[in-house]
Amino acid sequence: MIDRNEVPKVNAGSMADIAFLLLIFFLVTTSIETDAGISRMLPKLPDKTNKPAVKLERNILRVSINASGELMVDNKVIPITELKSQTIAFLDNGGASQSEEGYCNYCQGQRDAKSSESPQEAVVSLSSDRQTSYGTYITVQNELAAAYNTLRNREAQRLYKIDFTEMEALYKNSETPIASKALWKQRIKKMKNLFPMKLSEAELK
Amino acid sequence: MSKYRKKSGSGTPEVSTASLPDIVFMLLFFFMTVTVMKDDVLQVANELPNATEIKKLEKKDRLITIYIGEPSEKWKDMVGSEPKIQVGDKFIEVHEVGAYVLGKIEEKLEHIRPFVTVVLKVDRKASMGLVSDVKEELRKVNALKINYITYEGDGFLNLKN
Repeated sequence: MIDRNEVPKVNAGSMADIAFLLLIFFLVTTSIETDAGISRMLPKLPDKTNKPAVKLERNILRVSINASGELMVDNKVIPITELKSQTIAFLDNGGASQSEEGYCNYCQGQRDAKSSESPQEAVVSLSSDRQTSYGTYITVQNELAAAYNTLRNREAQRLYKIDFTEMEALYKNSETPIASKALWKQRIKKMKNLFPMKLSEAELK
Repeated sequence: MSKYRKKSGSGTPEVSTASLPDIVFMLLFFFMTVTVMKDDVLQVANELPNATEIKKLEKKDRLITIYIGEPSEKWKDMVGSEPKIQVGDKFIEVHEVGAYVLGKIEEKLEHIRPFVTVVLKVDRKASMGLVSDVKEELRKVNALKINYITYEGDGFLNLKN
């Protein structure tokens, strides 16, 4: 005889199947997105009040990429692999002499009178062709960023015994306490002032 | 003693599967929490370039994504094989980019509007012409923070075809 007081048990054997179904649904519909990249600020549109600053030719590193992805730096064709070292040499040159204003006391470059005066003055001018492939452009951008990061890392190691890129990571990390974030922020700013990134992009022809 | 002997004789004991649902649920919750819903269906080729000097974009609520690349096979007959700009689920022309970005910024909460970043997911075979047209449009609407999304990897891999 059936006992009417007892609650009938639900068979939970298919629970695993249901959970699997949901799991597979989520596996298929979702994707772990790639959300990392090179950040850049675009320049503001020029208006009548701010005239473009005139720079000395020695303070400009002209980098241009042609349609077939060949690279020309300061009127010489070079392979892209050499771009980083050339950029470092240019930024780190510190050509201004000790008596002049803007003397760079932390630069370790050649102090060449034909190259940049100080990292603060140095500008990298990047121009490309309409037919240049985006991949090549990103490689060049990446190499330029690498040059700046190498120099900033060197100075951060000298002053704080830590890499610049590591400081940035610590600053971004949400687990870093707020008190030390302020310190990192201040140090990052200082590093950026030692080697400010001045990248100007010409409009394409 | 006879009690014990009875069991040992009858082959291998069965493994209990009672905890299987728990394990599967655990996996399920893991995937539910770590993944984000795909919001756009790609209609263009989107093989991103590689780079090493990259930064992670943490705050997803302040990103506006623009895809650029050759239309995929399905769309080639309709729109041709020249690189196209895709936003959301549709193709747009260069002159429409500004209006689209402004519209998207308008949708965001007021306090995050100044921090909105335009994310460019560009196929590595696309040409710079279109990309720079888009950048020019962004300058016109004063959306100056941009990010070139890349994979993490050796930058020189981009040069090979």
